[in-house]
Amino acid sequence: MAVKQPMNDQERVAFIDQVCRRYQFDRSRLMDILLDIQAELNGIEAPLMEAVAQRLSITRVEVEGMVSFYAFFSAHRQGEIVIRVSNDIVDRHAGAEEVARIFSEELQTPIGGDSEDGRFSLEFIPFLGMSDQAPAAMIGATILTRLTPEKVRTICARLKSGVAPSDLIEHYGDGNNAHPLVCAEVENGIRQRGDVLLCEGIVDGAALDSALRRTPDDLLAELSESGLTGRGGAGFPTARKWRVAADTAAERRYVVCNADEGEPGTFKDRVLLTERADLMVEGMTIAAYVIGAEAGIIYLRGEYAYLRAYLEDVLRQRRERGLLGETIAGREGFDFDIRIQLGAGAYICGEESALLSSCEGLRGEPKNRPPFPVESGYLGYPTVVDNVETFCCAARIMELGGAWFGGFGTGRTTGTKLFSVSGDCARPGVYELPFGITVQDLLDLVEAPDAAAVQVGGPSGQMINSGQFERRLCLEDLPTGGSVMVFSLHRNILEIVDHFLEFFVEESCGYCTPCRVGNVFLKKRIEKVRKGLCGAEDLGYLQELGKTISMTSRCGLGLTSPNPVISTIRNFPLVYAALLKSNGDGLEPSFDIQHALEESRRLAKRRSMIYDPTYDDA
Amino acid sequence: MKKRIATVSLAGCFGCHMALLDIDERLLDLLQSVEFDRSPLNDLKKFTRRCDIGLVEGGCCNEENVHTLREFRRNCDVLIAVGQCAVMGGLPVMRNAIMHSEDPLRECLETAYLNSDKIYNPSNRIPNDEALPLLLDKVYTLAEVVKVDYQIPGCPPSGDTLWYTLSALLAGKPVELPYELLRYD
Repeated sequence: MAVKQPMNDQERVAFIDQVCRRYQFDRSRLMDILLDIQAELNGIEAPLMEAVAQRLSITRVEVEGMVSFYAFFSAHRQGEIVIRVSNDIVDRHAGAEEVARIFSEELQTPIGGDSEDGRFSLEFIPFLGMSDQAPAAMIGATILTRLTPEKVRTICARLKSGVAPSDLIEHYGDGNNAHPLVCAEVENGIRQRGDVLLCEGIVDGAALDSALRRTPDDLLAELSESGLTGRGGAGFPTARKWRVAADTAAERRYVVCNADEGEPGTFKDRVLLTERADLMVEGMTIAAYVIGAEAGIIYLRGEYAYLRAYLEDVLRQRRERGLLGETIAGREGFDFDIRIQLGAGAYICGEESALLSSCEGLRGEPKNRPPFPVESGYLGYPTVVDNVETFCCAARIMELGGAWFGGFGTGRTTGTKLFSVSGDCARPGVYELPFGITVQDLLDLVEAPDAAAVQVGGPSGQMINSGQFERRLCLEDLPTGGSVMVFSLHRNILEIVDHFLEFFVEESCGYCTPCRVGNVFLKKRIEKVRKGLCGAEDLGYLQELGKTISMTSRCGLGLTSPNPVISTIRNFPLVYAALLKSNGDGLEPSFDIQHALEESRRLAKRRSMIYDPTYDDA
Repeated sequence: MKKRIATVSLAGCFGCHMALLDIDERLLDLLQSVEFDRSPLNDLKKFTRRCDIGLVEGGCCNEENVHTLREFRRNCDVLIAVGQCAVMGGLPVMRNAIMHSEDPLRECLETAYLNSDKIYNPSNRIPNDEALPLLLDKVYTLAEVVKVDYQIPGCPPSGDTLWYTLSALLAGKPVELPYELLRYD
């Protein structure tokens, strides 16, 4: 391997100049500028921030704010190869901690730090999107799955001998994972093909063709008839969203695809991006036609950077075929093009207004609502933000009709849904099933006979007990963006809750106090419960605090972050009861006077007159 | 029957006790319905019997504070944390901010007695008489050490705040404090 000579200071400044020029010194492209610098220089140190700020005529602190916000940016120079081990609960149960430990030992790199020779950095990331093939890690942009101690040792040996991360892959996954522009070890893991999205024989271009023969109003009526609701989890009616964006007077409008599935346990968009990219782009193009947009963005999570070249190629081919760009499908005046915005490892950017902030080159902080993005979104223009799956569904509806789509699912939640199932089951993977299926039916399909708890909708959803497995997966009962995590009897419920809270503490953007501080308090109290240091009144405290965080937070993260606590107190009361202490004496069980006095005894070189009962004997 | 009240100041400055005196002539009304047990106001050092209400000023910075607080918890039906120090730790809790030191308590003592140019300490020693209670590793609020029933904020809470709160408690009613009595900016 050719050793890359590090740039000297002059070359680095010249490089920054070149990167800024690449994006026309456009401040709203700061995300891309910093991604390019990070990729080339392995870090964005203070002088580099200063140089970027000067060229974009902004303050250094704006650049620093970005660098400190996104997990994939670093204010110091990281190793040439950054290894990121997925740390979600399913990966942990599959051995992520051991994997990280072995990486650390073999590469002599501390977890959360860099190796001394500057070649490697090692860190945990909250969720890689591979929990059906856990444990997984990201090495550079290359994803390696199903890691075992032996496999990790082999990887380390090869890395040390100079093998590039992309050459570590021994076999390619199925379907487009083996595409020359993807070349990933990732498996699709499609276990059940439904009738809408994962079925075979979807004709490319059919949806757009059908759509362009009708007026936008007809299409909105069709979409409305289908009853399609947003697939991200919140379930807002898609037709209404598009209608408002179309009706809001503006010079231009945008269509944004949210491909930032960061909710731990969700990986179905990964499969759609790999296998149904054309369908997704078609859905976006139809949305553009309906609302009158000329530009669109696919916000691709940084963890899925391995799909970027492939997606760029899909876009390029569509441009060549006249399905994207100017005069689409020969229709005069219908111009629409899409760019891909890569994310940089922030869960909160899955929230639509935070996602737009990120696209604008800002910290991924949510915006005040109203105005909603459909009225004032990207750069202040009306913007439709929908999930990958939603755009795919919309395209199918335009081809086969709203009535056809509405025939699947329940009254309020129509269509099929892609469920990403992971955890303690024999067949983890992606299942396309009609909405309204019971949890038990899903558990039978995934072969999880000893399931004791199921987390529906990721950490921000709810954990249900085995008495509730007859409940249905749909907006009327148990809503989910697709994440279903199965836990067997052997798992510690409170360890899972604690881990989810750690995730929210980590991922809170820090803007509003209830979320920034409240989640820390929740976590501290749960830790105390786990140590057996809490009384019954502590559960009241947890519920009260959870309610306060939910009610007073600025965005969906804080609205839902107390859910792991609230839903387990409700659904697993005995787990808590077994750990509670009654403090009839009125003393606080977590206060340990012996511990509190240790340091003082050592400094004063004497014992306590009060708490060392043998003092008089000495 | 008159209710029995006990009061004490732990790691506090007695400001909250002074505020109690600020209820002025209403003290006479108060004494119609309560009797003071252990309290610096009457210099009783020990509980004479079980009390209905315990008012505790100040947080816990040493072992004696913990001991006293636990005695109060054992001997009082209702325990009230009075003032900022009791509720949140107050000024003394500033020493908890020495958190990135290897040896925070030593650093605290050395700064207080040896290393500051603002101190006069000819012996150049840190006081360590064995009659002095040992310091805790950090300052604890009352609620971190025992179960606390009510907390009255303020530095100090004003005489009116204390008066209205005690009157409501004695009457068995929820207290409704006007906004002015609970704002401190």
